[in-house]
Amino acid sequence: MVGAACALYAARSGLDVTLVDRGPVAGGTTGAGEGNLLVSDKEPGPELDLALLSGRLWADLAEELGEAFEYEAKGGVVVAATPEGLTALETFAAGQRAAGVEAVPVAADQLHTLEPHLAPGLTGAVHYPQDTQVMPALAAAHLVRASGARLLTGRTVTEVLRTADGAVRGVRTDRGDLHAPVVVNAAGTWGAEVAALAGVFLPVLPRRGFVLVTEPLPRRVRHKVYAADYVADVASDSAALGTSPVVEGTAAGPILIGASRERVGFDRSLSLPAVRALAAGATRLFPFLTDVRALRTYLGFRPYMPDHLPAIGPDPRVPGLFHACGHEGAGIGLATGTGRLIAQVVAGRTPDLDLTPFRPDRFPKEAG
Amino acid sequence: MATERPHLAVIGAGPAGLAASLAAAAHGVRVTLIDSAAGAGGQFYRRPPAGLGARRPEALHHRWRTWRRLGDALAARVEAGTIRHLADHHVWCVEPVERAELVVHALLGPLQEEPVTVRADAVLLATGGYEKVLPFPGWTLPGVVTAGGAQAMLKGGLVVPGQRAVVAGTGPLLLPVATGLAAAGVEVAALVESADPKAFLRRPVALAAHPAKVAEGVRYGARLLRHHVKVLPRHTVVAAHGEQRLDAVTVAALDTHGRVGPGTERRIACDTLAVGHGMLAHIDLAESLGCRIDGLNVAVDEEQRTDVPGVWAAGETTGIGGAALSLAEGHIAGRSAAARLTGTRPDPHTWARAARSRRRAREFFAALDTVYAPPAHWTDQVTDETVVCRCEEVTAGAVRKAVDELGAGDVRTVKLLTRAGMGWCQGRMCEPAVAGLAGCEQTPARRLLARPVPLGVLARAGDPEDD
Ligand SMILES: Cc1cc2nc3c(=O)[nH]c(=O)nc-3n(C[C@H](O)[C@H](O)[C@H](O)COP(=O)(O)OP(=O)(O)OC[C@H]3O[C@@H](n4cnc5c(N)ncnc54)[C@H](O)[C@@H]3O)c2cc1C
Ligand SMILES: Cc1cc2nc3c(=O)[nH]c(=O)nc-3n(C[C@H](O)[C@H](O)[C@H](O)COP(=O)(O)OP(=O)(O)OC[C@H]3O[C@@H](n4cnc5c(N)ncnc54)[C@H](O)[C@@H]3O)c2cc1C
Repeated sequence: MVGAACALYAARSGLDVTLVDRGPVAGGTTGAGEGNLLVSDKEPGPELDLALLSGRLWADLAEELGEAFEYEAKGGVVVAATPEGLTALETFAAGQRAAGVEAVPVAADQLHTLEPHLAPGLTGAVHYPQDTQVMPALAAAHLVRASGARLLTGRTVTEVLRTADGAVRGVRTDRGDLHAPVVVNAAGTWGAEVAALAGVFLPVLPRRGFVLVTEPLPRRVRHKVYAADYVADVASDSAALGTSPVVEGTAAGPILIGASRERVGFDRSLSLPAVRALAAGATRLFPFLTDVRALRTYLGFRPYMPDHLPAIGPDPRVPGLFHACGHEGAGIGLATGTGRLIAQVVAGRTPDLDLTPFRPDRFPKEAG
Repeated sequence: MATERPHLAVIGAGPAGLAASLAAAAHGVRVTLIDSAAGAGGQFYRRPPAGLGARRPEALHHRWRTWRRLGDALAARVEAGTIRHLADHHVWCVEPVERAELVVHALLGPLQEEPVTVRADAVLLATGGYEKVLPFPGWTLPGVVTAGGAQAMLKGGLVVPGQRAVVAGTGPLLLPVATGLAAAGVEVAALVESADPKAFLRRPVALAAHPAKVAEGVRYGARLLRHHVKVLPRHTVVAAHGEQRLDAVTVAALDTHGRVGPGTERRIACDTLAVGHGMLAHIDLAESLGCRIDGLNVAVDEEQRTDVPGVWAAGETTGIGGAALSLAEGHIAGRSAAARLTGTRPDPHTWARAARSRRRAREFFAALDTVYAPPAHWTDQVTDETVVCRCEEVTAGAVRKAVDELGAGDVRTVKLLTRAGMGWCQGRMCEPAVAGLAGCEQTPARRLLARPVPLGVLARAGDPEDD
């Protein structure tokens, strides 16, 4: 997704772009996650700024292509089950409002007007109209197509080519060399490996997530609904499993329930505790789901960085090398902003946001 | 139960699971045999339910004696309490919990709502395979059934599927299906086989080693003759016709490149078309356990062990190869599991006969595989309007567009971009077709849930209070 967005904005700023992937389009984490474009789960700071910028860009793109990638501005609802939970949530929302987020408190007695099938007895909620959604694989494919970039799938980058003075001059692939003065590393969870090909250290690690998909149903869940403890979980440093499911209906009918978070390397076997927790959380929020069947569960590996911020911008260690990876559980949402910022700095223009927090060389090598 | 015997859970009561259960139970292990069907037997020994009053069920079965022996032995073990048989149990996942313990999660009965768990020291996967069917225009019409489906209707329910049938596709299964239908009084208008089984006769080495198989082939040939079934080798069905339901098919000859020869089409009136293009292994449970998969089959060692500790696999889940191979593999797996669970050293000499028949059956099927194949250019016949994924109603045109215009290069991305394979059957049916249309290899689908599970059941799965 991130590579597709970089290609789109770079091509639109007049650059000649080639997009290389060892797999097909959306074959990485983009095809294994969900497409929530959330502002609701982000605390004020650089990530929220990037999310707000990205949200505006997604809305612009949706005017051209929204139907093709199933853009839906449905809004999010974060619910609290206890008075303490609600107080914490409202304090969090107040901070977000100050940073430019629309966050509307919802009293307990109005909750069921917003979401008729929610469980009884919840304390209250906050409604985030700016939370939206896309279908990630379709979004990536249509952004690539709209960019007009040369698309080379099934090609693995095996080397970053450098000039005598160390600057980038292209990449070597298993099917020939590609020459370019600028190389953008948008390899997601595998970004550390590509960085290493250029001789630089970038700590991108996998963080596993499961999603549950139900049988198709007539629409009964209108927003993205999740419990307030989710927010704490995203910012967690723990390697252990943390789960607070986001429940949402899709245009095609199935309800998606996601997502768990664990750092277990690239283990692809089923973790019943993880999907059990998703099912338990979802049925607590929406009791009617108890009798609904999960048709499948799938998993992906989020590109995780130690401080939960992506690496975006030029790498001062290798002239011509740019990074756009490490977006963890928000790479779909943050892709458009990332693409725009990369296009701006590649062209030598001032980026819309200060890139300092996203500096690729902010991690001393020992930290790995 | 106060028994100290180690406990093996066998999933699948076909030839492999039965042979495994009996071998393990005979060597000091307590066995729970779990299967989704109402009775034991799997695909091969599918029997008419007793209530239907079949007079001579053996007429529909080969190796009826082997089945009688297995069935009687199972009954005796169940009586003695060394095998517990759980019929109508649909396993949706096997969960490794602690060192050396596995929990089998199943759903009970036809509604598949009530959860059942079985804790075991080891698990043996004998989940068999399912039929592969490739699409062609008209294949979704009522009256078009899978070859195995037609066979199952005969064997299981003694229902005569239609009055006039065509059997088509490729593979050795078409022969018993055609003769079975004919024996049940259906007029079989033609057996349309895209391969040229005569090519097999040109492989004297493979044949010489398997006189029994040759005799079986000759027997089928004789039966086809007796029932006046016309065999059309190197032919294919290019379309099925009908308004409300099937009333005819068009078949055509294939040239040496596997293309339909122009002008060779002809129409055959029929109300049933039984099609099949081979079999695929059920590997979902193994995949969710993280077992190594080799191609589209569960990878096993000489003892039928997977690479996940405590998990064995036998029969068609490890590769399609017929009932005799499943019996041999099941026996070896059961012996190996019993030995390892009771702390004795497995001794391959004690199962040398089974190992020999396993080797021979594998050789024979490898040879068959070189002969039976769908036409090389079968996708030429699939028009853009042809529905490929029936659950989500995705057409061949949509799949082609995802590949040609959107950069999909494998089954998974086609699925993401078109929804092909996202419906109730989770792509079991359409994956080979999508792979063919996308021009790529079919790869394991990573279906981590072997059956749809109610979220309420999932939310409590493994909860100790429920055991
Ligand atoms: C379960 C789950 C749920 C999620 N839910 C959401 C959500 O709701 N909203 C959201 O915004 N995000 C979500 N995410 C996160 C999101 O999916 C990722 O952040 C995003 O997909 C990352 O995109 P990317 O383009 O950086 O990486 P990828 O999509 O992984 O793309 C990287 C590409 O690089 C290619 N590559 C790697 N190495 C090489 C090489 N040497 N040569 C050539 N190509 C190479 C790979 O093949 C791959 O296609 C979720 C993730 C998971 C796992
Ligand atoms: C139409 C047809 C004709 C055939 N004719 C011949 C022939 O003439 N000669 C020959 O040698 N072979 C023939 N075969 C093949 C033969 O049936 C198979 O080789 C044999 O049955 C394989 O045995 P198995 O034990 O490996 O699997 P199966 O017999 O397929 O048994 C697997 C069992 O596992 C159960 N199962 C699967 N998944 C689950 C789950 N998740 N939970 C619970 N239970 C599960 C299934 O219900 C099934 O009962 C034929 C097959 C078909 C379909």
